[in-house]
Amino acid sequence: MLRNDFSTMISPTTSDAKVAAGAVSTAKPALLAIRNVAKSFGRNVVLRDISLEIAEGEFLTILGESGSGKTTLLRIIAGFERATSGELWMGTERLDAQPPYRRRVNTVFQHYALFPHLTVEENVGYGLRVAKRPEAEITQRVVEALAKVKMTEHAKKKPSKISGGQQQRVALARALVNRPRLLLLDEPLSALDANLRRQMQVELKSLQREVGIAFVFVTHDQEEAMVMSDRIALLRSGELEQVATPREIYSRPATAYVAQFIGHTNLLRGAVRDGVVRCETLSWSSTLPDGPVLFSLRPEQIRLGSSGASGMVRTRGRILHQAFHGATELIRVQCAGDLVLTVRTTSGSAPQNEVEVEFSPSDAVVVRESPERN
Amino acid sequence: MFSRGYKTVVTVPPLAWVAVFLLVPYLLMFCYSFWSVSSSQTIVHSWNLNNYQELLAKPVYWETLLRSMWIAARVMLFSLLLGYPLAYLLSFYAGVRKDLLYQMVIIPLWVSYLVRAYAWKTILGADGVLNTSLQYLHLTSHPMDFLLYSPFAVVLTLTHIYTPFTFLPIYAALEHIPRNLIEASHDLGASPSQTFWKVIFPLSIPGVLAGATFAFVLSLGDFLAPLLLGGPSGIMISNVVVSLFGAAYNWPLGAAISLCMLVIVVSLLFFSEKLEKKWSFS
Repeated sequence: MLRNDFSTMISPTTSDAKVAAGAVSTAKPALLAIRNVAKSFGRNVVLRDISLEIAEGEFLTILGESGSGKTTLLRIIAGFERATSGELWMGTERLDAQPPYRRRVNTVFQHYALFPHLTVEENVGYGLRVAKRPEAEITQRVVEALAKVKMTEHAKKKPSKISGGQQQRVALARALVNRPRLLLLDEPLSALDANLRRQMQVELKSLQREVGIAFVFVTHDQEEAMVMSDRIALLRSGELEQVATPREIYSRPATAYVAQFIGHTNLLRGAVRDGVVRCETLSWSSTLPDGPVLFSLRPEQIRLGSSGASGMVRTRGRILHQAFHGATELIRVQCAGDLVLTVRTTSGSAPQNEVEVEFSPSDAVVVRESPERN
Repeated sequence: MFSRGYKTVVTVPPLAWVAVFLLVPYLLMFCYSFWSVSSSQTIVHSWNLNNYQELLAKPVYWETLLRSMWIAARVMLFSLLLGYPLAYLLSFYAGVRKDLLYQMVIIPLWVSYLVRAYAWKTILGADGVLNTSLQYLHLTSHPMDFLLYSPFAVVLTLTHIYTPFTFLPIYAALEHIPRNLIEASHDLGASPSQTFWKVIFPLSIPGVLAGATFAFVLSLGDFLAPLLLGGPSGIMISNVVVSLFGAAYNWPLGAAISLCMLVIVVSLLFFSEKLEKKWSFS
């Protein structure tokens, strides 16, 4: 719904507008550099040593559970919080020394934060008006922005008279009309119901591609992060666990926590000795160095039954539980010892009680342990 | 949800109270204002408009009424000028000391009105704290007599007494402003002063109106401060009413003046509420 040439009114550089979905953006120049940022509230450490670069035109998602510090990081970029230590750089400009009203960064707030005493069009024109732009320019840009988010007919209404989804569009128009270099979005979709939310995910992503403005999007919803992002920065207890594209973070999770947080996984704890991996009753040859090892194995990498191919790891087990997920089913299989494997199969197959399972050792990804933090 | 009997038990006593102690007295006052007093000091129950004519004809009455409104207006203005910054400071910048400071604003309300009014007498009098200090510092050679027994003293005292009443609704209004609106304003490039005038102040207007109404209405009807500190030039309309009901024994004229005040106050409350509604967006 958010269509067409928004870029002509918003983007200062249309050349950056075409960022291929899922592309690694590290080749592009960094728009914002976060360097060793830490934040504590009293004795409560919220962020530790965060370093992250955001490229021009990138859609970066900061993903994390509640309490992981993701909103605090966003508020530090916006300027509402001051980092305890570390620096923020936008090009050659030190950003963290600037008050929020001098930063070329705009925010879409979680609950939209529309001014209740102003109409929709006055809300959208607020930033231009305080910047003392000529009245004719304000009118024109507000009209264009409202048309772009399909809110023209509601221009004269007060925010209390429009729905949550519409408030969301107004909040977006109010931020983008100022042509920021970076747009911050603090869980903007969390207040919407599931259908509208999925629709807005697609709209927001295509809008971002059109305007070419870098988006930093905060969410706790891993699925949302996967659908929308060029890169995901996964935050856990105030530390970055992994920063990577959705595909990479799914297929090559760096830690046990990442593997479990993004999608389903089987964690296999074992040991390597003389080129042989042993996990419970399973074993396969490997080039890994000796010592304890932890693998993440996605349920869809495990097959029910035997293909007869060589080099596969096989075992037998008893079905404990079967969960229907539409196109696929997740089946929990109790194997010998304490080993329980979760297997994803296409729906419709009615497996028997006793099954054989197999997987290729190359699909088992080595991950780091995620020690408890507080 | 509740039984009929329960509703009756709950609603009848307060209604009866209001009827007996509010409606009946007002009705009586209304009647009195159209009666008159004979030369032998008895109330004559004949209906006429003499009291209202006298009220308009004799400057002592309408001038006092106007002067009282002028005093009330000044009290309102000064209470706002003191109460608003105080409420703003407390709401936005007090941090952890917020509750303590709030209590400090409220505590004077627990002290008897009379004590507070009397305290100003000891401060402003010829031998008072202020004059003695000024003379001690050789800033003046003899006591300044405009301090006490003047409209100045009345305005000062009433401002002191009614500022908490102005402070409270403004503070409540400021506390209700979602803080993310202020962040949104800064985020959109508005400086702190732009944010104040474009977001904070407009959203606090209902509180300002309520506070202003409190200060004006309460001061307009005040008679103790002018009695203790006003002197002849600081007399207010309530003092006239008191004396008409007392020594002068002219209840009908007193009732007529009271009714005028009532009309002024009620219409003020009415308009203030209309405006408050217009400016509230919850």
